[in-house]
Amino acid sequence: MSELIPQLTQQIFNGLSLGAIYALIAIGYTMVYGIIGMINFAHGEIYMIGAYVGLVTLTAIGTGSGLPLPFVIAAMLLVAIVVTGIYGFSVERVAYRPVRGSQRLVALISAIGMSIFLQNWVALGQGARDMAVPSLVSGSLQFHMGTDFDVTLPYSRIMIIVVTVLLMIALSLFIKYSRMGRASRACSQDMHMANLLGIDTNRVISFTFVLGAMLAAVGGVLIAITVGKLNPFIGFLAGIKAFTAAVLGGIGSIPGAMLGGVLLGLAETLAAAYISSQYKDIVAFALLVLILLFRPTGLLGKPEVEKV
Amino acid sequence: MANNTLKNAFMAAVLTAVIMMPVFGLQLIRQGVQTHLEPRWDIVGGAAAVVFVFQLIRPWLAAPLKRLKSHMPVLPSAPTKGRKWLILLIIAAAVIWPFFSGRSSVDIATLVLIYVMLGLGLNIVVGFAGLLDLGFVGFYAVGAYTYALLYHWAGWGFWEALPFSGAVSALFGFVLGFPVLRLRGDYLAIVTLGFGEIIRLLLINLNFFTGGPDGISGIPKPTVFGYEMTRRASEEGTQTFHQLMGWTFDNQHMVNYLYLMALVLALVTLFVSTRLIRMPVGRAWEALREDEIACRSLGLNPTRIKLSAFTLGAMFAGFGGAFFAARQGMVNPESFTFIESALILAIVVLGGMGSQIGVILAAILLTVLPEIAREFAEYRMLMFGLVMVLMMMWRPQGLLPMKRPQVELSK
Repeated sequence: MSELIPQLTQQIFNGLSLGAIYALIAIGYTMVYGIIGMINFAHGEIYMIGAYVGLVTLTAIGTGSGLPLPFVIAAMLLVAIVVTGIYGFSVERVAYRPVRGSQRLVALISAIGMSIFLQNWVALGQGARDMAVPSLVSGSLQFHMGTDFDVTLPYSRIMIIVVTVLLMIALSLFIKYSRMGRASRACSQDMHMANLLGIDTNRVISFTFVLGAMLAAVGGVLIAITVGKLNPFIGFLAGIKAFTAAVLGGIGSIPGAMLGGVLLGLAETLAAAYISSQYKDIVAFALLVLILLFRPTGLLGKPEVEKV
Repeated sequence: MANNTLKNAFMAAVLTAVIMMPVFGLQLIRQGVQTHLEPRWDIVGGAAAVVFVFQLIRPWLAAPLKRLKSHMPVLPSAPTKGRKWLILLIIAAAVIWPFFSGRSSVDIATLVLIYVMLGLGLNIVVGFAGLLDLGFVGFYAVGAYTYALLYHWAGWGFWEALPFSGAVSALFGFVLGFPVLRLRGDYLAIVTLGFGEIIRLLLINLNFFTGGPDGISGIPKPTVFGYEMTRRASEEGTQTFHQLMGWTFDNQHMVNYLYLMALVLALVTLFVSTRLIRMPVGRAWEALREDEIACRSLGLNPTRIKLSAFTLGAMFAGFGGAFFAARQGMVNPESFTFIESALILAIVVLGGMGSQIGVILAAILLTVLPEIAREFAEYRMLMFGLVMVLMMMWRPQGLLPMKRPQVELSK
């Protein structure tokens, strides 16, 4: 019984680092939904591509190059952010802009098609099998809490939490104070009105997709470093879970996506630890179904009124 | 103007190069524990060049494409006279065909018919009622496992289990649909996707009951009026079908029999859904799809109407699943992934939501093409994804859309 506290601490830490990744992906879903009201089903694939770009960059630099580690990781993140941002931009341009303005289902089916396309695109280019990512950040902090069970905080997971928190602060400031951030908030309130007031809404929408893709890319690179392997199909599950996080927090709300990500990460880790690890995916899916049924507006979302 | 086109084309080519780069341009090659990169500049350059040229000539392509778009085929309204004979002729040809054909092509045709059936079932939900169901394969799985489990735990045969498979799937559809059908379109899609995945994960994890990831094998093929279609009867003293008929045993008989059964099931699905859409409930589905608020103000109960479509779709998936289990002789959760749902959805989307002929043709197209073009098997899913995107862009109503009498107010 005395080991309960350290074990719980360990699980909460694991849950936080997992939740940070979900939060990074969820912001892409929530921003896109907030502005054009569509579920970007291919967003999970964008995250997967971010992870692959990171791995390609790492392999291009080489693990034995002797460059300082922060530099290598920064290079991976930077290249992944740029390339994945371009992916986000192109996906919106190719698959979503032509169907904008038609029914919701049309856009959703197009997004599903894009998701399948991107999965197999990467599978074709880089092979469908697992790729090993060399471990860059090893070692961990150990805490002794007076019992036999020591709390282990791996540096890689600490890195995830630190990077995510920094990005969240930067994003909040950006949305609040920058010109583009103001424009995108205006668009999410009333697209037509924003357009009438001289905001280039097409640019704002493109920007939203690019920003979402960039954050997902960071998540992808960080998880690739931490987990040490990836394949072209990791995006599906991660995407659905991040969507769950976005819905949990209230879709359309950025703080909601952060909160939802963390809560989902915690719920999943605790379920894996105290119920059964086989059921952790079921917990996430069940949570998704339950929230949509009982509180579709999520924790921080605003109710949507359907007008004729 | 020309300058602008050139600039756009150049930008598009640069973007293409960047997009190609991490996936095809720098290929990760694994050698033992070492991973290194193999640059393929030819692919990147080629793709960029193609996009560049395409963007340059796009202004010239726009006009002919537009003309093509307005002249795409619409479902030809079959001549009312002699229509029955035409249908009977097609059915007769489909019945006779396997006896003059090879084993492998009959096998593929059986697969096509399973997809026709699933496509028609999903068409009720997606096409008629306009409810995007991404967890359709869940009900297919329920049907297949119902038969497999009834056989495994209770020793039931195919014919006893078939109605149960449909009923259990329909029950699942009803119970799961009841709470979720209040949700709006895209949320509904995600929830059904969640249900589909939950069903699959449960099948994997309920080891003691469903056999876990290995599934259940040794499921018997259907019998013909109680006579087995095997070389030897499984029980002493009973006759097999070929003994009864006085034929020599031939594997082809079983293949043909399965084909004919799939044909019957597909025809039943087609018949039932054709009749349903002309009934009040079918009219209500379509009305609801077009305008839910108007429907509600006319006194229709949206939940009940949606639920009927959802339940019926699930029932047909259940029948399909039981047949699938019997044909394969085994079931495992691998057969019921989201990709399968997406494939069935692609059939409905490609054929034209709501158009039954379109769905049948799309099922044939999407099942036969990958079988013929085996060397392109890797590209199969890539193509499905692409087809879904392109269809939504250019022809969201499908290749052979349903033609409805309609009047439009000019604004």
